[in-house]
Formats: sequence, structure tokens, C-alpha cells
Amino acid sequence: MTMKTVVSIIPLLAVSVSLLAGLGIFLLRKYPNWREGCSILAALVKFGLVMSLFPLIRDGYIIECPIVTFPAGILPNLGFALRVDTLGFLFAVVASFLWILTTLYSIGYMRSLEEHAQTRYYVCFALALTGALGVAFSANLLTLFLFYELITVSTYLLVVHEETKEAFSAGTKYLTYLMGTGKLFFLPAIVFTYGLAGTLQFKPGGVFLGVDPVWAGLLLVLFVAGVAKTGIMPFHNWLPSAMVAPTPVSALLHAVAVVKAGVFTIVRIVVSIYGVGFLSNIGIGIYMAIAASITVVGASVIALRQDNLKMRLAYSTISQLSYVILGVMLLTPDGVKGSILQIVAHAFGKITLFFCAGAIYVGIHKKYISEMAGIGKVMPWTMGAFTIGALSMIGVPPLAGFSVKWRLLLGAMEAHQILIVAVLLGSTLLNAAYFLPVLKKAYFEEYAGDSHHQHEAPLIMRVALVSTAIITVLVGLFSDSIVSLLGEIS
Amino acid sequence: MFPILSAVTFIPLIGALIILFVSAKNENAIRIITLLTAIVDFVVSIGLYTDFDSGTAKMQFVERLPWISRFGAEYYLGIDGISLLMVLLTTFLSVVTYLSTWTAVEKNVKEFNIAMLVLQTAMIGVFCALDFVLFYLFWEMMLIPMYLLIGVWGGKRKIYAALKFFVYTMAGSVLMLFAILVLYFEYHSKTGVYTFDILKYHNMGLNPMLQFWMFLCFFIAFAIKVPVWPFHTWLPDAHVEAPTAGSVILAGILLKMGTYGFLRFSLPIFPDAAVSASWWISWIAIIGIIYGALVAMVQSDIKKLVAYSSVSHLGFVVLGTFAFTMHGIAGGLLQMINHGISTGGLFLIVGMLYERRHTREISEYGGITSVMPKFAMVFVIVTLSSIGLPLTNGFIGEFMILLGVFDANRIYAAIAAIGIILGAVYMLWMFRRVMFGEVTNEKNKTLKDLSLREFIYMAPLLVAIFVLGVYPNPILDKMEVSVKNLVVIIEKSKAEARHEVAVAPQPLVAKIEVVGKRD
Repeated sequence: MTMKTVVSIIPLLAVSVSLLAGLGIFLLRKYPNWREGCSILAALVKFGLVMSLFPLIRDGYIIECPIVTFPAGILPNLGFALRVDTLGFLFAVVASFLWILTTLYSIGYMRSLEEHAQTRYYVCFALALTGALGVAFSANLLTLFLFYELITVSTYLLVVHEETKEAFSAGTKYLTYLMGTGKLFFLPAIVFTYGLAGTLQFKPGGVFLGVDPVWAGLLLVLFVAGVAKTGIMPFHNWLPSAMVAPTPVSALLHAVAVVKAGVFTIVRIVVSIYGVGFLSNIGIGIYMAIAASITVVGASVIALRQDNLKMRLAYSTISQLSYVILGVMLLTPDGVKGSILQIVAHAFGKITLFFCAGAIYVGIHKKYISEMAGIGKVMPWTMGAFTIGALSMIGVPPLAGFSVKWRLLLGAMEAHQILIVAVLLGSTLLNAAYFLPVLKKAYFEEYAGDSHHQHEAPLIMRVALVSTAIITVLVGLFSDSIVSLLGEIS
Repeated sequence: MFPILSAVTFIPLIGALIILFVSAKNENAIRIITLLTAIVDFVVSIGLYTDFDSGTAKMQFVERLPWISRFGAEYYLGIDGISLLMVLLTTFLSVVTYLSTWTAVEKNVKEFNIAMLVLQTAMIGVFCALDFVLFYLFWEMMLIPMYLLIGVWGGKRKIYAALKFFVYTMAGSVLMLFAILVLYFEYHSKTGVYTFDILKYHNMGLNPMLQFWMFLCFFIAFAIKVPVWPFHTWLPDAHVEAPTAGSVILAGILLKMGTYGFLRFSLPIFPDAAVSASWWISWIAIIGIIYGALVAMVQSDIKKLVAYSSVSHLGFVVLGTFAFTMHGIAGGLLQMINHGISTGGLFLIVGMLYERRHTREISEYGGITSVMPKFAMVFVIVTLSSIGLPLTNGFIGEFMILLGVFDANRIYAAIAAIGIILGAVYMLWMFRRVMFGEVTNEKNKTLKDLSLREFIYMAPLLVAIFVLGVYPNPILDKMEVSVKNLVVIIEKSKAEARHEVAVAPQPLVAKIEVVGKRD
């Protein structure tokens, strides 16, 4: 099958619109309403630009947008370039759409709590989104690494936003883990890949044909260790610490953009650098899947013991992210598709849950699950959305989480990996074990707070979290259409 | 034809001569003349860039006049893709440097500016000279102004630092002079011609023993200049005592003299010796990378930290150069430019802090971001460039060096990768201690943010950081053919070495038989 390609500048515009927005936000720093208007406008334009690519993607086109090509005599086949295929498109749609909702939510959150340094906050947010979309649209590993690091730096400032001692030590951890692994493992892996394969270009079926399998296997380990944004154990510790950031940051970045950029990178490397076929010949995939399984189970067990709601969600995120790695490392069609679908499904489900956690904090100033008795009656909208998100995480049909787990189970069986099947089933039980008690507390116990602290979060926040909850349902219902966009995985 | 290379070389000297006739009291006039001279020089040097033909490795803009014909010395200038870039770096950084010294230097302004301009002529001359006598003349000519810059306008231990700088560099120079003379007579004995033409010495077929010793002489001279571990100890002292302008020039350009020397002399004149020495040079480069980084980490003085970071960064350049691959050498050259920009920028930033607080102790600072937000923006960009973050200039160079080293030796590449992470550690840690947190020191609460002049001279560096970060082509294009030429020379030498090894055993056996018969 020959690839239909078309050259367009839209991917570059879509990536850079938030970069420009960052400048605009900075210039409008004295006028908060205009500043936030700039954020919302940029988010809408960005989403519009991404969606304008949909007809081409649906018709099976690949959209290319070369930016810089290095001199062929020194660095052949290398440069900075964008390229949109279905995989990247899906991630971009999710990230850019959720930026709109998160911006709305942020306005409610930051203003209700009268946070300081809001301009810096919105600028960094915009930069992080530039990074996320850049990762989605990268045409090669070099470009991807550039945007990957842009995310790290811009989100660092969001993690230390509170500028407390705790925030700074979380920030140090954040940089140490993300930049440390990035420079120590990811960058060398990229360099060595280029040295071995002579290109870093993403190609269906991969570019590793003819490369020594031992080196290819070694590099895969480097890649998995180097992309610490996936939160895979033992490189996960930055994520719970990063929860000191304001909740919208945890919601969009630490449940969607940053971590999804991580797992997306791994999927991208497996699908477009190694090629599923090449990788299954090496036989290393299953070990990676097992490593991911350890994280799936381990993080769930830790989540059980967290009383801080955001921390419980953080560990749940670590666990859910490894589903993506697990799925793609199964190297079977359903495994890979389930893994990609998880990028979408988990994004909407988890952002709903984080939005709710923030709404609870803004509404009744509660952070700990043990204090949340009876809040289902106080905050019906918020807890309704929370319930949908939680049930999706557990994998209750017909929600998004179910359609993912279904495909992953199929994938595991295709690969004849009973162990993985057991892990998937066991982790579902664990998911239920750490989410259901929250629901029980909220709905079946009496409200213990004082009576004048009994109100919902601001309307603008509720709009955001109800929307994402609805989409979580829709993703579950229309998961087949999403997956069919992907076509054949080779 | 307009002698453009002579013009670029001697315009600063002319500026210095003009300043001689200006009254020392007229400080601003002197500063303006200096700045204008540098700007004119930079503009003329842009002409070099635009007219340069990147399709050939031959020397361009060649100017050749008989000079001391009795010895065969000539006035012989010319540049290839390698020296072109170094000349441009020099003229560019000089403009930035003169702008930065406006208020930093208050005593002996006239003498200071004259010294700076003479130094500039000497530096450009070193990069352009193609005759050994001329080259050596310029090489020694750099020494005196730099010695004065440290010794007169330096800090508390300036005399010690200046002397140390002088002794180290002089020691290297003497070795080099000796080697040059040996080459000179060797060439005469082979061809009957006395010449100092550097290009004639390429491929002159020296015997391995002589090649090794001559290579070593040159290597030590350049290694001191770079400085390669263990010849580095003069550098932190020189940097700490030198005024900001001196540090910028020292780190930005003078250190590159060493690595430039490897490319212009060591590799093409002694290819066989370079190939056989590459393993131990790579190892001391690696030691330098790690050692420089570790020592930088424990410094309490910002300037010393940056100085040690240079030891580490230039270790990368040396490692890349002696990998002898296209990527390694080109990456090393690119990183020489990048280091000039980033580390030059860092010294300027340290200078700004020093001008405000008259201390460079990290512990004296903290929380500066909240007092000087614009300064913080500039500082963070330069810091990220120094650690080679993607989107900044340092990244591509680092990428290429790592790639070049990987092509040559995978173990070196793996160890070098560790050095890269260490570089991020000490820089970011220093940045955090200086810039973040609460303002604990009363004296820091009233610091003035970046002035317009300060912003103006940082701006070109910031632009260069981002432009070269995504679009290094203007530099790579110019160097490509010249670097390839070097790689071909080395490859040829390697191929010959392999050939010799292949035929070696036979005569060896014959020799043993002869020895046996004697007994």
C-alpha cells in the first residue's frame, strides 16, 4: 500500500498558535480578562486547526510539513519536520480539545482561590500545549525530543507554581527524573538509533530493518527508561510529587498532556521506529509488557492506601498509563489498538476525576477522602461526573475504559499471554477497590462539614467537568469508529 | 582585489592606533571608537561569509606577499570553512564584549581598550595565518594583551593569575616553536626548499617516530590552551581574576585556539600520529568532561563554576574531534561556536551580577528572580543553552558529537552521555540557588533589573541561541567540505596503517632468522 501524502502548513500553525498565545498572554498581563480571552481564543483556534485536518486523515492521507532540513552531507535524512498520521491526530485532538475545557476550568479555579503569578501560569500552560501538540505531530525522533523537553521545562514552572519549599523540592524531583532520564537514556538512545539506522524518520513498519537485534533490544530498554513521562516504575516518583501543582495542572498535564506525551512517544517508537513486525521477531516485547504489568499492579496497590484524593488519582494514573505500554508491547493488532484507544479514553476519564478533585477543593476545601462523607448530596454535579470517571477507570461497560480493557484482553489472548490476561483482570479488581470506597463515602454517608460550606464549585468549572464526563461515555460508545481510523497496524 | 582578510585582521589595530591619539580623559569617545571599530570589523567579516564558496576545501581570500624571503617566510593569509567560522565568532563576540565593558571598566579606559583591540587583531590573525612565522607572531601577540587584561584590570589575586596564565601558555608556545623549527628543517632536508607555508607541511610524509614527537609538542601547546585535563589549572584562576570582558574573550575565543590548532595542524600534518594517539586523547578528554563537571558542581563561586564547565564542555569538543568522523569533527566545530555564545553569555551574566553586588559567591544570592525578572529570563535562556536543551544551540552540537563518537567507539559514547547529564546538574543547581527561593540577603532587595544597554548586548546572543538551535545550516553548510577534507586525510592514513599491518609479519620473521644465525 502506498501512502498518500499531502504537504500543508496547518500542522505548524496548530503547534505554534499556543506559542504565539504565550506571547500574547505575557503582553496582556495587566488585563486579566483579555489575558484569559487570549488563552481561550488560542485554545479554540488550535482545536479548530487540528480538526481541519480530519477530512484528510479520514481519507487516509498523511500530512507533512518540513521545517528545517540539515545539510545532507553532514546530517543526512535529518531535520525538524512535522507529520500528521492517525496516531498523532488522535493525541492532538484530545490534547487541544481538553485545553479549551481546562482553560475554562483554570479561570474558575485560579480566580476562586486568588492564586498569584497567573500570567506565568497561563504562559507556561500554553507552552506545554505547544510541546504536547509538537510531540503528536513530530515527523522524526529529533523533533519529538525537542518538544518533549519543551514540555519538561514549561511544566517545571507549573509544578513549582506555589513557590513553597514543598513545591521546590517536588520541582527538583520533577526535573531530576524527567530531564535526568531524558538526557541520560533517551537522548543517547536517539543518537544511537540514528547511528545504527541512518534515519530518525517515523515510518509505518519502522526503520530498523537490518539492525543488529541485540542493539535494537538494548535501545528499547533505553527508550523505555528514558521516557520517564510514562511514569513506569521505577521512574514514577516524579508524578505523585508533582501533585503539589494547582489542580488544573494535575488535570490536563499530569493526567493528559505530559504523561500522554510519554506513552505516545513509546507507542510511536514501537510502531514507527521499530515496527511491530520487527519487534516481535526480537522477542523482547513480552518482557517490556511484564515490566509494565508490574507498574499496573504495583501502582494500584499503592493507590489503595492513599487518603489524599489527588494522590490516589496520581497513582491510578501511573497504573493506567502502563496499560498503554503493556498493550503496545503485546505487538498484536488488538493490543496496539487498545493501547492507542487508552490514550484517548484515559485522558477524558482521568481529567474528569481531577477536575472533580479540584472542584471539591474549591467548593468545600476538602482534600482527603476520609473527609468526603456525604458530599454526593452537596455537590451532585461534581460527584455525578466523578462517578462516571471512576466507573470508566474500573472498566464498566459501556464506558470508555471498558472498550480499552476489552481490546487489551483480546490482544493478550492473541499473543497467548495468560499472565497478562490475569494482570488485566486483577488490576480491574484493584481499580474497583480504590474507587468504589470513594463513591460509597460520598453517597452513602452523612455530610459532616459545616453547613455554610455547602455549595458546588463555580459554574464554569462544572461545565468543564460535566463535558468531559459526557465525552467519556461517548468515547466508550463510539470506540469502534475511533479504532477504525487507525487502519492496519503493521 | 580588495584585501578583505587583511582588512578584517587589522581594522581593530587601526582602531587602537586612533585611540592612541585621543586624550585618556575622553573616556566615552574612546569607548565609542572601540565599539565602532568592532562593528565595522564585524560588518566587513560578514562580507567574508557571503562571498565564501562552500563548495571547496581550498583556502579562500588568499593574500600572499613575500616577507622575509631569506627564511622563506611569507605574508600569507587565507581561510577555509573552519577558520571562517572562527573569524566570525571573534568579530561577533568582540562587538558584544565592548558593549558590556561600558561601565565595568573605570580605570585606565584608554589602555584597556587598546589592549582589547590589539588582542582582537591577534586572534583574527591566528585564524587567518597560513605561514608559520606569521601564525606564531599572532599567537604570541595574543599573550601580552591578555596578560595585561588579567594583571591590570583583574581581581584580588590578579598578579598570580596573570603570571600563571603566562607561564602555562608560554611553556606550550615554546614547545610549539621548537616543533615548527624541526618541521621547517625537515621539510628543507626533504625538498631543499625553505618554507613556512603551513599547507606545504600537510602530507609531507614524516617518519612515524618524528611524527609522534612533533605531534606531542603541538598537542601539549594546544592542550594547555583548550585546556585539556590535566593542563587546565591556569584556567579557573585566570577566569576568576579577569574582568568580565577578559573572561568572555578568554572563554569565547582564546580557548578555541587550542581546538582550532588540532584541526589546522595536528590532524592534517600528523595524521598517523593523531590516529595512534586518539585512544589516550579520547580518554583524557573523557576524564576532563567528568572531572570538570564534578569540580564545577562543588564550586561556591559562580565564575569558577562556569570556568570549570568550560573544561567539561571543551572535553566534548576534543572527544568529538579525535573521533575522526564527519559528525564528530563537525559537531566539535559547531560546539566551539556554541560554547563561545553560551559561555560568553554566562560570563556576561556573572559580570552583571558582579557589577551590582561585587561578589560572586552563590550563597550571597538567592531569590533574584523576584527582584530582577527580565534578568531572570535572559539567565534562564543562556543556562538552558549551556546544558544543551533542544531548541537551543547547544543541543545540535551535543547531538552531533555524541553521534560522531558513537560511530567511532560506542563505549566512549556511553560514558560521554553521562557527562552530558552532569552538565545539567551543576548548571541548574547553581541557577536554582542564585535565582529561586526567598530573597534572604537584604542587599539583594534593591537590585536594579536589566538596563537597556545590557539587554542590547545580550539580545544578539539570545537570537543566536534560538536560531542556531533550530537552524544550524548556515554554519554546517560552510564547514562541510573543509571537515570532509580532514576526514579524508585521516581515513587515508588509517587505510595505509592497515595495509602496513597486513604486510608486516613477513619481514619480522626474516629478522628473527637473521638474529638466530648470529648466535
